[in-house]
Amino acid sequence: MGSGLSKSPGRADAIFVDVPSADQLKTRIEAALPDAQVRVEDLTGGGDHFRAEVVSGQFDGLSRIEQHQLVYGVFGKEVGGAIHALSIKTSTPGES
Amino acid sequence: MTNAEIHDFLEKAIGENNVMLFMKGTPEEPRCGFSLRTSGALNTLDVRYAALDVLPDPRIRQELSGLSGWPTIPQLFIGGELVGGCDIVMEMYEKGELAERLGADMPEDEDVEPAPAPGEMPVSNGPIPLENKLNR
Repeated sequence: MGSGLSKSPGRADAIFVDVPSADQLKTRIEAALPDAQVRVEDLTGGGDHFRAEVVSGQFDGLSRIEQHQLVYGVFGKEVGGAIHALSIKTSTPGES
Repeated sequence: MTNAEIHDFLEKAIGENNVMLFMKGTPEEPRCGFSLRTSGALNTLDVRYAALDVLPDPRIRQELSGLSGWPTIPQLFIGGELVGGCDIVMEMYEKGELAERLGADMPEDEDVEPAPAPGEMPVSNGPIPLENKLNR
């Protein structure tokens, strides 16, 4: 970076740290649900509206709401905070 | 208004209204695409529902998520039970499950996206005055 941009470097760094990426979300879901096939899309490119498609055997026997709560649970209070919106589609390996 | 009062108010709203939607904005003037689609689905099914705008006070949202265990808005409750947010409601709508659960008829043209333009959006006939109590 040129010296002309050095006036508030701390602030610029903080912005990059705070914005999650689709890959980070994918990695974290996979860590929590090891058998899962996960696809995460950043809907706006802005790091705040994501869509996750998760296929996992762990959803078997759970209601739809419990399945979504399992995925939301990976991120705790970040959903609604840093992750403004996380749209979820869940299914089990047997379903299409 | 204290947090405990907000909590009690929300519990009462969920208990007293068979179909209770918590959203950003109002059915007439949604402030978020997810809330627009969710209230749009209910409007399309022509069901009676109550809607509460969570935006006037951030504590409404905190208390609601605390009691529902659901982190995002909108949240739809039917018969006192959390049904889900926008994704679940839209999936249920598309499969006809929402109509079934609400005892409503699916509209004739099933391909219609339930996102009416603001001008044509039917006014919700639910007990809307709810929102005024929290909107100091």
